[in-house]
Amino acid sequence: MLIKTATEIPTREITDESLYLKRRKFLMGAASAAGAALLPGIGHGATQDAYRQLPDVRPGPFGTDEQPTSFEDASSYNNFYEFGTGKSDPERRAGSLRTDPWTLKVGGEVGKPGVIGLESLIAPHQLEERVYRMRCVEAWSMVIPWVGIPLGDLLTRFEPTSKAKYVSFQTLFDPSQMPGQRRNVLDWPYVEGLRIDEAMHPLTILAVGMYGRVLPNQNGAPLRLVVPWKYGFKGIKSIVSIRLVEKEPPTSWNLSAPHEYGFYANVNPEVDHPRWSQKRERRIGEFFKRKTLPFNGYAEQVAHLYQDMDLRANY
Amino acid sequence: MAVQWPASRRLQTSVVAVGLLPALALMTRAIRGTLGANPVEAITHETGEWALRLLLLTLAVTPARRLFSLRRIAPLRRSLGLLTFGYACSHFLAYLVLDHFFDWQAIFEDVLERRYVTVGFLGFLAMVPLALTSTNRMARRLGRHWKMLHRLSYVAAACGVLHFLWLVKADLREPLIYAGVLAVLMGARIWFWRFRKSP
Repeated sequence: MLIKTATEIPTREITDESLYLKRRKFLMGAASAAGAALLPGIGHGATQDAYRQLPDVRPGPFGTDEQPTSFEDASSYNNFYEFGTGKSDPERRAGSLRTDPWTLKVGGEVGKPGVIGLESLIAPHQLEERVYRMRCVEAWSMVIPWVGIPLGDLLTRFEPTSKAKYVSFQTLFDPSQMPGQRRNVLDWPYVEGLRIDEAMHPLTILAVGMYGRVLPNQNGAPLRLVVPWKYGFKGIKSIVSIRLVEKEPPTSWNLSAPHEYGFYANVNPEVDHPRWSQKRERRIGEFFKRKTLPFNGYAEQVAHLYQDMDLRANY
Repeated sequence: MAVQWPASRRLQTSVVAVGLLPALALMTRAIRGTLGANPVEAITHETGEWALRLLLLTLAVTPARRLFSLRRIAPLRRSLGLLTFGYACSHFLAYLVLDHFFDWQAIFEDVLERRYVTVGFLGFLAMVPLALTSTNRMARRLGRHWKMLHRLSYVAAACGVLHFLWLVKADLREPLIYAGVLAVLMGARIWFWRFRKSP
């Protein structure tokens, strides 16, 4: 198998921060000139400066050299139903989530189960920056410089047994912190799953940051899954539990609408969502739609995982 | 100086002016670049939602007139109906130009294969003859057929509600509110037809 390592570019070289800040300043100026101070809700989005810079981040493999989405867009246009079903709800409402202290429970088919604090979870690993394409099932996409660690490296520490065929993930359930959970839009808590070979694949990461800084709450702080060849909803956010299991675990969107969202959810332009086409996507920040690539452009790395499978049946 | 307009005319003008405010707000946001990360989606959703709201408001005029004996609001049906058509056209154009940029193949596929697009398109088509026959002259010329024809607005409203209901992913609350309002407005019509004579 050929694993192509694309040119490694740290974020600061791609995102022109000074330009971005200038634009920000201009917008704020224009907003206040228009007397926007009287209108709460305008210009309240925090810049990336508001988030703590992560130390010692090295460029990781598989990075794309495509232009990253602006931090502003990536942190204000989110699907995170725990904070409401509108795209801007998470940015507005995720402030109520307390991410420190945070513990992760790892259990199931492992030799060394345990409950571990976020710091000690990450400490033994080297943080890497991975600039990945992110394709939402709703036919829009972004390019996001994540900061995280390979999920496989972390799982290995807990010594999965031979019975560990799948990995099951769970988001925090606490309606007092996650107001969207007060309505049964989905069956809370949000759960996701991967096959063990998908979980161990070097592309799959657990992210703790983006754009060189800690994750904003609305993007799944403090710990989220990133599986770049699958639709975005597989990237479960604010994870509190990981279990290694023998059978395919339930997944939230599949439970909600089994004909529309499968367990695998690999990005596939050939298999439409029953209600809309998946052939093309709108990259946030661009006007013309672009063609969606099989496995979101990561076919070379992951297509072999599914070579004997009917991807139409296993959507 | 102050032209003395008939009261009904003043009412119509005010309603149209207020009805154009959402369009103005949308244009302001577009110019200032504050439509968010996905401006095309924002424009499409806003124009669509206002078309649906105004259509339901149009259908509320007759029940309100009968219930509260407000004869002078009758002309508002036309003002609100044409505003609805304006927003529906913007919505349709946003879909054709901004969303698909005249990619006819994708558009035909969408209209034929995706039921929410099909029903939305049918709702739009149902409104075209209503806008074309909205003048006094056309109303006179069509006589009693005019009333029959304009019952297509019920079809358009049903299509609009289904269009919304079928496109949301999991949160049905908003489209169900519109469905509820439409049910009440249609219920009022049935009630008047069954128990009261037309005034």
